[in-house]
Amino acid sequence: MVNESAIFVRGLKKTYTSKANGSKDAVAGIDLDVKSGEIFAILGPNGAGKTTTVEILEGYRDRDGGEVKVLGQDPAKLGNDSWAWRNRIGIVLQSTNDSQDLSVAETVKHFANYYSNPRDPESVIRDVGLDEKRDARINTLSGGQRRRLDVALGIIGNPEILFLDEPTTGFDPEARRAFWELIRNLRDEGTTILLTTHYLDEAEALADRVAVIVDGKIVEVSTPENLGGRNTAKARISWYENGAKQEIESDFPAAEVTKLVAKFGGEVPELTVIRPSLEDIYLKMIGQL
Amino acid sequence: MRPNIIKVGFLRGGLEIKQFMRQRESVVFTLLFPVMLLFIFGSIFKGDLAPGVTFSQYFVAGMIASGLVNTGFQQLAIMIPIERDFGTLKRLRGTPVSPISYFIGKSILVFVAMIVQVGALMGFGAALFGLDLPNTTERWLRFAWLILLGSICSTILGIAFSAVPKNGRGASAVVSPIVIILQFFSGVFFVFSTLPQWMQQFAALFPLKWLTQGMRSVFLPESFATQEVARSWEIPQIAIILLIWTVLGTVLALKTFKWSDK
Repeated sequence: MVNESAIFVRGLKKTYTSKANGSKDAVAGIDLDVKSGEIFAILGPNGAGKTTTVEILEGYRDRDGGEVKVLGQDPAKLGNDSWAWRNRIGIVLQSTNDSQDLSVAETVKHFANYYSNPRDPESVIRDVGLDEKRDARINTLSGGQRRRLDVALGIIGNPEILFLDEPTTGFDPEARRAFWELIRNLRDEGTTILLTTHYLDEAEALADRVAVIVDGKIVEVSTPENLGGRNTAKARISWYENGAKQEIESDFPAAEVTKLVAKFGGEVPELTVIRPSLEDIYLKMIGQL
Repeated sequence: MRPNIIKVGFLRGGLEIKQFMRQRESVVFTLLFPVMLLFIFGSIFKGDLAPGVTFSQYFVAGMIASGLVNTGFQQLAIMIPIERDFGTLKRLRGTPVSPISYFIGKSILVFVAMIVQVGALMGFGAALFGLDLPNTTERWLRFAWLILLGSICSTILGIAFSAVPKNGRGASAVVSPIVIILQFFSGVFFVFSTLPQWMQQFAALFPLKWLTQGMRSVFLPESFATQEVARSWEIPQIAIILLIWTVLGTVLALKTFKWSDK
């Protein structure tokens, strides 16, 4: 299974037409290869086409062009076997508001009945950290707890691929960290994870690979460390001299600093050496810098 | 192996009932509204329609029949668009669950709610308005299949119709007038044989008229059959019409059922 494409996309297109705006390409020709067992993040600003792309892969939306294979099958042409395909995937939608009057345990146990080889509901509830809330009604849960329940329902069927659409929107920092840990554990158990996010730190913390998507097009696919040539980007060295701030860029910052130390005979006033942060690179990519 | 569709349908039915029972407003409304109507109409119209047939007796038959339409068709045609808005259906669509299981779950909910509603109506009617309960096994059996077939027919038509309202907010405005007009045309509030002929003929196209007639055959004396438009209860016709609508509804529901608003 390793290194086989879990998700394969070529030239994916989706156009929306509305009276007010005419026709707009929400997805304008996307290629994706998500390998089995990796966490793949689709990163982009709001309205870039992330959700549209993912909902096409999940079989919720039709596409206007291109080729899509998820677990070897075209989600738009499932026919009578659609249950078998859905039996192998797990979906966490962007926002849901359903089953308000049921408890966490009732809901998770019930959903387990839909799948041929479900996980144990009790251990799923424990894994998502809702143990103490197992008998609480869903309408009493906080936003973060509600999202954990969404994940519980997404993984109860023991899926090979888990889709997560902006999973941590509205989380506090502590809840996000706990959530990331949960997602990493799922990956370590062999689940392929496709995640959309507009949080850069989320992509950096979780993803094995990131695709940056802007205006329906992929700008780059890379590991978080190498995104935008960040690993090879020149370092910027600045210091204070002759009554003004001096700045140079260099591929060899240590050598430059050594020269400066020699020149000043010790401490260099206001010395900084920086590499561009992921955020600098990302903002440049999406055209905000 | 795929989990059994029927079994999952029954599990969904259990879950639907649980959710229904926890919404106090809907429980009270579903159970109390018909009883209230019976109280109002029973208090206004005190006379006898025929020797030994009070208006309440006639009206209970109509109320039970229209209860089937309210609890099944009307409730579902309004509730399903709301479930679509809430994402309940979208989430289900993402699982291997079959629409058939979802339909079975809804039918069970409607059937159980109907039994409770009928119990309340009959108990209240017998206690306050001297309602005569069915007096032969044959009538009780007919009553049972009418409730069962009526629930299924009404449920499936409600699911089929749920594709019509664009969203949950507008659903009630689309669905309720249809139900109210059908109630008037089908002889729920008035004696059917006294309605204008065109109204009778129009109503005869839809299941409610036949359900009402079937319920009269359960609650009114045999002699009253001669006062029907056809001079008989037309039991076989009732069964056939309900079956035709059930099959038609199932085909429509499977074709038009929308899990989400694309």
